[in-house]
Amino acid sequence: MVTPTRKKDRIDKLAESSADAGVSLAASAWRTLRRSPVFLVGATIIGLFVLVSVLSPWLAPHDPSEAMLIDQVIKARNEIPPPQDGHPLGGDLQGRDFLSRLLIGSQQTLIVGVLATLIGLVGGLTLGTLAGAFGGWVDSLVMRVVDVMLSLPSLLLAFSISAMFAKPNQYTVIIAVAVVQIPVFARLLRGSMLAQRHSDHVLAATALGVKPGAIVFRHMLPNSLGPVIVQSTLVLATAIIDAAALSFLGLGNPDDRIPEWGQMLGDVQTVFDTHPQLAFWPAGAIIVVALGFTLMGETLREALDPKSRR
Amino acid sequence: MVHSRTARRRWTAAIGLTGVAALALSACAESGRTDDPGAGQVGGTLTFGAAGAPKLFDPFYATDGETFRVARQMYEGLVGFKPGTAEVEPALATDWDSSEDGKTWTFTLKENVKFHDDSAFNAEAVCFNFDRWYNQKGAGQSDAVSQYWLDNFGGFADTPDKPSLYKSCAAKDPKTAVIELNEATSQFPSVLGFTSFSISSPTALKQYDADNVVAAGDSFTYPAYANEHPTGTGPFKFSKFDKANNVVELVRNENYHGSKAKLDKIVFRIIPDETARKQALEAGDIDGYDLPNAADWPGLKEKGFNVAVRPAFNVLYLGINQKNNPKLQDLRVRQALMYAINREQLVKSQLPEGATVATQFMPSTVDGYNKSISEVKYDPEKAKSLLAEAGASDLTLKFFWPTEVTRPYMPSPKDIQAAIAGDLEKAGIKLDVSSKPWNGGYLTDVDQGIPDLFMLGWTGDNGTAHNWIGTFFGRADNRFNTGASPWGAELATELGKASAEPDEDKRRGLYEGLNKKIMEEYLPAVPVSHSPPALVLKSEIKGVVPSPLTDERFGSASKG
Amino acid sequence: MLRYTIRRLIQLVGVVLVLSLLLFAWLRALPGGPVSALLGERSTPESREALTKQLGLDQPIFVQYFKFMGRALSGDFGVSTGVQPGDSALDIFLQRFPATLELSFLAIVIAIAIGIPLGYMAAKRRGGWFDNLSVGGSLLGVAVPVFFLAYVLKDVLSSALGLPTGGRQDAIDATRVTGFFVLDGVITQEWDAALNALEHLILPAMALATIPFAVVFRITRAAVLDVLDEDFVRTAESKGLTAQTIRRRHVLRNAMLPVVTTIGLQTGALLAGAVLTEKVFAFAGVGEALALGFERRDYPVLLLLIIMATVVYVVVNLLVDLSYALIDPRIRTR
Repeated sequence: MVTPTRKKDRIDKLAESSADAGVSLAASAWRTLRRSPVFLVGATIIGLFVLVSVLSPWLAPHDPSEAMLIDQVIKARNEIPPPQDGHPLGGDLQGRDFLSRLLIGSQQTLIVGVLATLIGLVGGLTLGTLAGAFGGWVDSLVMRVVDVMLSLPSLLLAFSISAMFAKPNQYTVIIAVAVVQIPVFARLLRGSMLAQRHSDHVLAATALGVKPGAIVFRHMLPNSLGPVIVQSTLVLATAIIDAAALSFLGLGNPDDRIPEWGQMLGDVQTVFDTHPQLAFWPAGAIIVVALGFTLMGETLREALDPKSRR
Repeated sequence: MVHSRTARRRWTAAIGLTGVAALALSACAESGRTDDPGAGQVGGTLTFGAAGAPKLFDPFYATDGETFRVARQMYEGLVGFKPGTAEVEPALATDWDSSEDGKTWTFTLKENVKFHDDSAFNAEAVCFNFDRWYNQKGAGQSDAVSQYWLDNFGGFADTPDKPSLYKSCAAKDPKTAVIELNEATSQFPSVLGFTSFSISSPTALKQYDADNVVAAGDSFTYPAYANEHPTGTGPFKFSKFDKANNVVELVRNENYHGSKAKLDKIVFRIIPDETARKQALEAGDIDGYDLPNAADWPGLKEKGFNVAVRPAFNVLYLGINQKNNPKLQDLRVRQALMYAINREQLVKSQLPEGATVATQFMPSTVDGYNKSISEVKYDPEKAKSLLAEAGASDLTLKFFWPTEVTRPYMPSPKDIQAAIAGDLEKAGIKLDVSSKPWNGGYLTDVDQGIPDLFMLGWTGDNGTAHNWIGTFFGRADNRFNTGASPWGAELATELGKASAEPDEDKRRGLYEGLNKKIMEEYLPAVPVSHSPPALVLKSEIKGVVPSPLTDERFGSASKG
Repeated sequence: MLRYTIRRLIQLVGVVLVLSLLLFAWLRALPGGPVSALLGERSTPESREALTKQLGLDQPIFVQYFKFMGRALSGDFGVSTGVQPGDSALDIFLQRFPATLELSFLAIVIAIAIGIPLGYMAAKRRGGWFDNLSVGGSLLGVAVPVFFLAYVLKDVLSSALGLPTGGRQDAIDATRVTGFFVLDGVITQEWDAALNALEHLILPAMALATIPFAVVFRITRAAVLDVLDEDFVRTAESKGLTAQTIRRRHVLRNAMLPVVTTIGLQTGALLAGAVLTEKVFAFAGVGEALALGFERRDYPVLLLLIIMATVVYVVVNLLVDLSYALIDPRIRTR
């Protein structure tokens, strides 16, 4: 194996934990979660975040792309619009209402996180299912591809991918952040499926003459969902942070008419010390949301891991 | 001698306006430094924060500011520029004289000048340098290598299809060099003040294989002379380039022929990140850096730093390419673009103090600038009606802007772009805005005419109008595709004629007329602004004079 | 063991070849590149075309690739066009690699020095406020974008602690021996140079340490929890051994294994984190070169540095696997 085996072990271990995960586990996990204050905190943060993003077009007081306060922007005097009536957070470097940008930004941030996770998931699902369900040479081939992808540090891979697009935009950011998650999901699903191939319910189904395709989709996939959900929750946090890093390196979406938090943070690096509020608001928002997803993901992981429930 | 005085005065007149602005400027700079040049304290190290590493140290092959900045401390040309101006003054040549036809130039050289390697500077050394430049071979002829020679002198000895301005150089006696040109040019002798055309030690050039440039893979490699043994006559000598620590170090030339440098050392510390440069200055790690962000000027001043502003010797324009959208060949549509952009607001909001709206494609300090062209005011209604008249109310344009770059004329491309795009949209023009990295496709796309509108600009090399509008529109197949309109070729021809006009006054008249025509009849693009770049220094650093040509020499600088 | 190592190394060569071909082809297909970098806004269509021809960029991609590989075998990976224009890409890597190594090493040391004791204490107090607080803190550390944290550290701590805001060393006279500035100072006994270099390392290392810290902490905590449950610890407790002896002899030693592997795993995160941290602190390491390479589209440098990052990442993980096998004989039989 070329790939760091420990990284793979970690993913595989998570995968194995689902091998005999059944309905009972889900039910008991839910019982655990309901009583976990940490999970509740995470879920509340994320609930609020989703609510704000969905409602942001109605919550935002102004058009986030209109330079309505431009006459108060004077670079030569290092002045940007201060908080004022109708603009509680003032304006940004281009005289746009900062509060509106933060609110609308939540929507784009959610979109980046969710799309990146979905793409990573679907890509990983396809590869992992192929490998795990069929084994043999398909497995080997898929795993070699995954190995090449895992042999590059993931964030560095994301940087490289986005540097390779001739014209960076919102979607190249999402793709760059998503692609690096494909091998992780692929390995996760493959491990989970391999573990199930010899489990009782699959053997029974095979004996009963259920078609292989049906076995994969009706029996094996649903049972792999636990670890996939855990991983997705964690990836949502990573994707948002990674998108900010891309913007910071100038590899993000240069069109900021529709704002996104990572972009808002990455773009103001030259004024961190003179207008710190332009950095602190989006940074704070990213940290809180990333923390929310992580808290949810970690508590989910513990709840689903039979070993930790003692 | 009488003749040479005339020659010099003529030149002075030619750049008269530059001189005025520069004088005003040096008066400003005066407040920050002591008047008596001998007053500065001797000793100490000046640490300057550079944005990038010098590519090499041989000025002839240099093409970028970071490289020139280091080289100009170690080298001198036959002529120089008076500190803070674009006005020519004697340097290695004490006097010069040109023949009636302007093709023969006789330079009287300073005596008792030695290169850093102790070899003597004389007329033969001068001719050796000229012949070296003219006889570049192979990779040395590349646009990316000998860019300044190609731009200013044309071809080389073995490129008969590409004639050169330079003909020959003869050493009449050790202190007299005679340079023959193939045609008269207003660029002489000021062009010899460019750092690129500094005089190197022939001994060192030979010893370190100076011309051995090799095209390797997708770039060029340079010989030992350019990398480790630059040898000039300047007040500082090369000490070392500590690449691991990103530091270039120069030391005082104890045998300097003029008044010796006061500083013991100059250290150029390479700090690519702008914020990091500022913090390094505030923390006292460096003594100054170039091109502080305009938004930082007030803060830096408040903290007691000396923000030395250079005259705005540049122009930012909104380029229009007429190729893909025939509607853009209609003058009214292009005028609508100009009326639609609130340039006044843009200058006020996004550009540094001292920036102005551009009324034409050159700043007022260039000879040939037309004072009678009045500023076109922001008028979105007029823009709309012009568009309607031209039947272009539903205009959709591709607007490109560059990322990952700042230029002296374009301090924050993103914010400037947003302002322009917002204004154009308000006038009812639909935009398809996209951006590309400066080095990652932007320039290529602009050259290939992919966008309809684009942001670009120019920083002048000297005070001749040819360096400005001649560069932009001197050919019909330019970035603006002016050839698509019937007047494109005509404009190119007229520009050529003006540049070849030997008489100063006539030439100035021609350029003034052309500037008016360009703005009122052609409008191939929309000139936006002139933006003054600055450099920032600790207040105790004296004797650094900001130059419109960024020709700051630290020989006169002192610490305290 | 030896055969396993050799097999892994051969596979590494394969990965490098595949990766280099992919990167090369893709980078060449992109617009701009070396020609734009060399000519800037003074370019004209003619000069572009002439330079493209001169540099052989108009040839078919596989011809260019084979030429590149031919040169690469003799150590010539091309010349930088943006990071340090004119320098060979290999030189840039060789100069800067020690810097990043030094920085990462200190970051790991900080992460271990804080992460392991904290993890141990948290595990011992499982469920208590100390445990909850430190777990929350470690999760928070992961949620903060590294570059933002670096800026905050730089703005807040540099003046408070009197530490430099960037660079590897002040422009002081220092003899270069190995390229590791701190080590050089020690070897040549130029103590002020060593100290100066160390001061420059502290803030960036702190920023960089947050990622491995969070992981080291959590792995230690989990491992200690696992071990505390195991029979031999219960036996030891029942034997009446003192808490300290148990901790030293049994718990920590058994918990170290997963921690060691985790540190290896973190190389990847450290390399990526170094890109961000070094940029903020203008620290002339491989990370800053990568950040500048992305920014200035310096394709030769990007190509080499990405490949080298892969090699380093894979090799470090191989070493971790090997040391893992050495520490725990049970693994070897797998």
